[in-house]
Amino acid sequence: MRILLIALALGFFALFVFLPLVVVFVEALQQGIAGFIAAIVEPDVLSAVRLTLIAAAISVAANLVVGVAAAWAIAKFDFVGKSLLITLIDLPFSVSPVVAGLVYVLLFGAQGYFGSFLQAHGITIVFALPGIVLATIFVTFPFVARELIPLMQAQGRGDEEAALSLGASGFKTFVLVTLPNVKWALLYGVLLCNARAMGEFGAVAVVSGKIRGQTNTMPLQVEILYNEYAFTAAFAVASMLALLALVTLALKTFLEWRFDDEIRASNGH
Amino acid sequence: MAASINTLRLRQPSVIPGFGLALGLTLTYLLLIVLIPIGALIMRSSALGWSDFLKLVLDPRVVASLKTSFGCSLLAAAVNIVFGPLLAWVLVRYRFPGRTIVDAMIDLPFALPTAVAGIALTTLYAPNEWFGPVLEKVGIKIAFAPAGIVVALVFIGLPFVVRTVQPVLADLENELEEAAATLGANRLQTVLHVILPPLVPAILTGFALALARAIGEYGSVIFIAGNLPFVSEIAPLLIVVRLEEFNYAAATGIATVMLVISFAMLLIINLLQAWSRRRLGYGG
Repeated sequence: MRILLIALALGFFALFVFLPLVVVFVEALQQGIAGFIAAIVEPDVLSAVRLTLIAAAISVAANLVVGVAAAWAIAKFDFVGKSLLITLIDLPFSVSPVVAGLVYVLLFGAQGYFGSFLQAHGITIVFALPGIVLATIFVTFPFVARELIPLMQAQGRGDEEAALSLGASGFKTFVLVTLPNVKWALLYGVLLCNARAMGEFGAVAVVSGKIRGQTNTMPLQVEILYNEYAFTAAFAVASMLALLALVTLALKTFLEWRFDDEIRASNGH
Repeated sequence: MAASINTLRLRQPSVIPGFGLALGLTLTYLLLIVLIPIGALIMRSSALGWSDFLKLVLDPRVVASLKTSFGCSLLAAAVNIVFGPLLAWVLVRYRFPGRTIVDAMIDLPFALPTAVAGIALTTLYAPNEWFGPVLEKVGIKIAFAPAGIVVALVFIGLPFVVRTVQPVLADLENELEEAAATLGANRLQTVLHVILPPLVPAILTGFALALARAIGEYGSVIFIAGNLPFVSEIAPLLIVVRLEEFNYAAATGIATVMLVISFAMLLIINLLQAWSRRRLGYGG
């Protein structure tokens, strides 16, 4: 019975999770290492890598700062409407990525509410970097905040109150007391936020306009190459993203194993 | 007296500084990034007027795409509440080589970009590719058919179910099963009457989470679906199609329906989580 259950579970796992991953690397190396490298050093691909790194860096930094601020307000103070605020922070997770992209097109696109104003002032948001960053920020907003909030709520306010009563300034208390308490959970949140930011497809596809060499992120470049039947090249770019996912999972597992107590309150998928 | 004053206050007094700055920053950001953009969608949609809105939304192709999205998502979530708890059970209760790696890799669908999952699954099931010839021989069509959509959505939804059930299962006491066995229950009775009941809230929460994610899913589906209108076209794709035709009204209409569905799912998930917390003390 035990053997049967393990075999059934692992068979399902292999078919639905493990094999798709294997496919990515096998197909990427279909034409050998040389073919793989040739596919990666294409100027369009390199520009997609650059754009992905820039967009992810801005989005993660912005969500990190606001995530910490949100967790600070929610965990260290009592105020009316707190649970509504927590729900609103989680909202982007339940919105379809395509809808997340669309809302920015409706605001900032040529037909959007601010379209003519932006055009008159020569500002482009949609089909350019700002739109890509906005859409990425939207879909990755909850990651840092939702890791920190339960942990900081569980930790309470005692440490901060002690530091303040001993004469530390608010800023000093935050840097020397609060941050060390949550550093691993913070890293955990940033890790997940970054993985999603670099891999986001639906929301970015809607706002990017997919201009080759300009507004294509790596996932969009994968789509374009695939649709052009450049399968090896598509999988070569995809394998870099898959590698990022594996590194993320490895670091995540390490953090859970090594610092379980310090991020535990946050394990709430 | 003091209590009544406290209840009137919007915030309890505290010696900790930074409340105004932290909350102000959070609210401003939330407003600019999330609430105003979503408000713009709702405004745009209400500007259409009821009759136009209904005409757009009840368009046969839109209805078909919503049916496809819903039907495939339900089916995928149903598959996952069979195999998700099974995987959780095997990972929690049994020790076998590679268990740690399998456990870590359950989260792969969270971490792997959806476009990568999409092309990988398509290559796995497409004709003349990996499983293609075998499937063709037995006469099953998966890629470029609704079955392909289900496969992609099973992939996307699996971690939601496993990760909600796993902690509940880990905290389930062996003593209960032993007691049931001592009292003469056979293994099937123990599973049905002792192990399964406490898992039900977690399984339902996992089901709702997987379903909510699946309905809005785009990247992993569009490659494998074939995207044939009325057959294998999902609602998020139809939004993109309409947008590319510059038909903003139609895109807005479908997006508003999707948004309402998301809000409803969010409410259901919150209720389910509150229920499982009340019953078991788990957040799910």
